[in-house]
Amino acid sequence: MDLKPGIQNNPFPGEVQPTPSGGILVTAIDDVINWARSNSLWPLVFGTSCCAIEMMSTASAKYDWSRFGFEVTRATPRQADVIIIAGTIVNKMAPALKRLYDQMADPKYVIAMGACAISGGPFFYNTYSVVKGADHVIPVDVYVAGCPPRPEALLNSLITLQKKIKAGMTREQIRNESKNETK
Amino acid sequence: MTNEELKIKLSELLSTVTFEEAGQWLNVNMDPKDWLSFAGSLRNHPELNFDYLFCLTCIDWKTHLSMVYHLESTQYRHTIVIKSKLDRNQPQIESASYIWRTAEFHEREVYELFGVNFLNHPDLRLLILPDGWEGKFPLRKDFEDPVNMIRL
Repeated sequence: MDLKPGIQNNPFPGEVQPTPSGGILVTAIDDVINWARSNSLWPLVFGTSCCAIEMMSTASAKYDWSRFGFEVTRATPRQADVIIIAGTIVNKMAPALKRLYDQMADPKYVIAMGACAISGGPFFYNTYSVVKGADHVIPVDVYVAGCPPRPEALLNSLITLQKKIKAGMTREQIRNESKNETK
Repeated sequence: MTNEELKIKLSELLSTVTFEEAGQWLNVNMDPKDWLSFAGSLRNHPELNFDYLFCLTCIDWKTHLSMVYHLESTQYRHTIVIKSKLDRNQPQIESASYIWRTAEFHEREVYELFGVNFLNHPDLRLLILPDGWEGKFPLRKDFEDPVNMIRL
């Protein structure tokens, strides 16, 4: 599946004031920072369950996500920007997930992929060990429905995350905004 | 060996077995107190030579538990399924880990999830469940956990 070339154009934010020797770009620094951050999000390797197979297939040649900037998947949370929770979170894994999230450097974003990460999924009833949704452990920005979601759906969620960052509406950015306002 | 020949051979080894025809593999029902000697002869008998235990599990029927063993021979390529009924109040059976080494881990898992006591097991303790789950057997049908389990 190919995206049409017109959809994925990311114009650099701001407008150009024409001057005789070229132009001056006038923009807001927040827009430039958001643009830069959203176009190069590095995901953390975190696949617990079957959704990881779909995540691997999104990462590989056919549905390549590195054309959106998710070039390098980092194994260490210190160097990652976004954590894609692909799979079931069980009670034994929840402290490890919290620790990984705490170790990630700001700004960090979270995508909950698949039914298990959204709400416990098929394991919502009658189980002694599954956490009913990753948002009981860490705050989530984008939810992708599916069991497992198609690679196209995961790509859609990555694009949605990029749009959210550019609009300033992720949890990270809202938290920072309210912190700056109360100062 | 075909299923018919296996039936004859197994009845010779242990006279109290009964057979069920269900699916392609021969199902054998036996009493848990005869398990150790029967298993030894299954492994060591030159015409049977069941040296590959590929599944060891337990099923909770509400009135009793039953142990299920899947055995195969890598030499003759025949497969059988052995089932034995355990009493729910005191489920115990001899450990097969001295005969097939893989049974060590599988029996630990059945012990932690169902509570079956394996006699003479070299190291019977929890395998995957974290500490604090001794005595609680989550996969039994009467296990209640108001915090985590949502009843459908």
